[in-house]
Amino acid sequence: MEQQREAGTLGMWVFLVTEIMFFGGMFFAYTLYRSKYPQAFASASNHLSLPLGAINTGVLILSSFTMALAVYSAQIGKRRNLIICLVLTIILGLSFLGIKAVEYKDKYVDNLIPGRLIPGRPFNAEGVHLLPGASTQNVEMFYWIYFAMTGMHALHMVIGVGLLSVILYFAVRGRYGPEYHNPVEISGLYWHFVDIIWIFLFPLLYLLGRHLAHGG
Amino acid sequence: MEEFTLPAPTKVNYLNAEYGLKSWLLTKDHKRIALLYLGSVTFFFFIGGVYAMLIRLELLTPQGDLLSSTTYNKVFTQHGIIMIFFFLIPAIPASLGNFLVPMMIGAKDLAFPRINLLSWYIYLAGGLITIYALIAGGVDTGWTFYAPYSTTFSNSYVILTGVGVFISGFSSILTGLNFIVTVHTMRAPGMTWFRMPLFIWAHYATALIMILGTPVVAITILLLAFERLTHVGIFDPAVGGDPVLFQHLFWFYSHPAVYIMVLPGMGIISELIANFSRKNIFGYSFVAFSSLAIAVFGFLVWGHHMFVSGQSVYAGMIFSFLSFAVAIPSAIKVFNWTATLYKGSISYDTPMLYALGFIGLFTIGGMTGLFLASIGLDVHVHDTYFIVAHFHYIMVGGTLLAYLGGLHYWWPKISGRMYPEGWGRFSALVVFIGFNLTFLPQFIAGYMGMPRRYHAYPPEFQVLNVLSSAGASILGVGLLIPMVYLIWSMRYGKSAEANPWHLPGLEWRTPSPPPTQNFLVTPVVTWEAYEFAPPEEMEVVGRLRRESGLDEAPIRG
Repeated sequence: MEQQREAGTLGMWVFLVTEIMFFGGMFFAYTLYRSKYPQAFASASNHLSLPLGAINTGVLILSSFTMALAVYSAQIGKRRNLIICLVLTIILGLSFLGIKAVEYKDKYVDNLIPGRLIPGRPFNAEGVHLLPGASTQNVEMFYWIYFAMTGMHALHMVIGVGLLSVILYFAVRGRYGPEYHNPVEISGLYWHFVDIIWIFLFPLLYLLGRHLAHGG
Repeated sequence: MEEFTLPAPTKVNYLNAEYGLKSWLLTKDHKRIALLYLGSVTFFFFIGGVYAMLIRLELLTPQGDLLSSTTYNKVFTQHGIIMIFFFLIPAIPASLGNFLVPMMIGAKDLAFPRINLLSWYIYLAGGLITIYALIAGGVDTGWTFYAPYSTTFSNSYVILTGVGVFISGFSSILTGLNFIVTVHTMRAPGMTWFRMPLFIWAHYATALIMILGTPVVAITILLLAFERLTHVGIFDPAVGGDPVLFQHLFWFYSHPAVYIMVLPGMGIISELIANFSRKNIFGYSFVAFSSLAIAVFGFLVWGHHMFVSGQSVYAGMIFSFLSFAVAIPSAIKVFNWTATLYKGSISYDTPMLYALGFIGLFTIGGMTGLFLASIGLDVHVHDTYFIVAHFHYIMVGGTLLAYLGGLHYWWPKISGRMYPEGWGRFSALVVFIGFNLTFLPQFIAGYMGMPRRYHAYPPEFQVLNVLSSAGASILGVGLLIPMVYLIWSMRYGKSAEANPWHLPGLEWRTPSPPPTQNFLVTPVVTWEAYEFAPPEEMEVVGRLRRESGLDEAPIRG
């Protein structure tokens, strides 16, 4: 049993390493183009909704807190608390996805979906206030990277919510207690990881370059 | 003598424990999954081989007469994609590695048997999507998918092939994850890190590359596919992107991928050389750590594929220097293998013939790699047949030979039957001759300036190309012979003992074929890897070998 527990935890850590490399490719591309086209990226970045992004950051941090409490409750064998915390975490995760969907809808309305994917609504940067030296082509590239990174992150959130729902199902059936709670811990690891990705995405996509809008 | 008391064969083993298609397709036994992989990589190898034959047939004459240039582009692309992603990368780790990693460390199975089975299905799904893309019309970008040709201009099935490669990448990640966790947590009592066979060290290093590199190429190919779909993106210069970024991301995985292909082969060779010289390997820890060193250095040299891509000259110089550095751990291995042979009691069974072939061919492949790591010389031979010959010496002369050697060596354990030794030695020789005849002329053609990836060439290269095509057909025959007699031996071969080679490794201390749980009692390891008996006891080994018909003359200790 001890061997299994160890294997499961180590397995998740190894998996998270591969996830870091997976996102790493996109972070690398982002860094390259951010330094190559600073004005265009700042212009596009300024057009993202700072309040929605900030609220979402808060929501995710809170969800990590409830997740940590869920793991703790499982460890000390408080089944009721475990279930409540899992439900809260799932609700917070879904709220994040809901707010993200609102943001995506705003982009759709503003014709900021890159390329010609949406019939009748080709990409059009007219609504974006362009800083001197910014080209619309590079603004489009920012949105492409934005959708790639946040889309991939949202996909991980969806998987996380699914994972926690399974854990919730077994928690309701009373499978976890002080003796056996490894699945809760491992799912917690995954949840915190997805959280941390967002902690990096938020400043990179929403905050960097804000000062340029005010001529700083 | 305790060392040679063999477990009696069990009636029920992993092969006959259950029957029926379902018992195979839903198995969680790592040995059966290894056989599923063995069958599927052989299938893909066959397809890749057909493409290779088409290439060699076309190049028999200087005119582009058999295939049009468009078809030829597709043929060499598909040869590369199938052979690299669906044969070379999974071949040794997912078949022999899957079978042996738990057995060699005394475990019942891998840490995650279900994930192991899942990885095979993912591999198959990726493979079938790729094959569908090939049938639907094929892909012509070269296996490297360079942008912007792949994102904008190619009129072939780039997205579908990319999806196939993307999916199959996850099978490799899962295999790597499984190996790492298994080696950390499932070793038998007494099996310390430095008692592990070098095969395990090599697979551990390979697994590290699999989990660190594969995700990067996965996301890169995904971004490429999206870019092709949306006509916006980050790689195409027409929309402000940088195609060199694609090359960086692609080679960040695809150079280490070379070590995914060759490191497990090196693990096999370490086993073969030590065991068929009946000597402890020379410098165990150096060979073990050189595997890790290769894994680490392998991630720092990708830029040597891009000397002429327009990357910074200073970057080129550093990549060149680091590429020289990666030769050091490889050379350590070659020197240590050679030193192991010294004063060993060498027997020339089929696996050993392959191992000796590997050392020679890998050395040539590695040395020519140093030519290519020198920036000045690389500019001259870049994209010529010199480089084609170089990587085939590593991939075919290295990986494929090691794979065949390992397959023969462990065949008694896998199938419970001996392969015909005479045919084995004969085909090993045919493979060696055919291989050299195929690729040695390509070094010369390349150095004289014949570019790769063209279906027509100036007539002065014809002699070299005819030699190469003739060699390829000999090589093809040499590869078909083992396929026939190995299948034949499954039914008609002589029954194998538990330990037909009389070796100390754990996998030889359980019946052949092993029971489903691998060991009847959990082994307790009290010996070092490759701990052979002192010379006077070698007489016993000689007697045992004669009795089992392996040798006629007595061997000296």
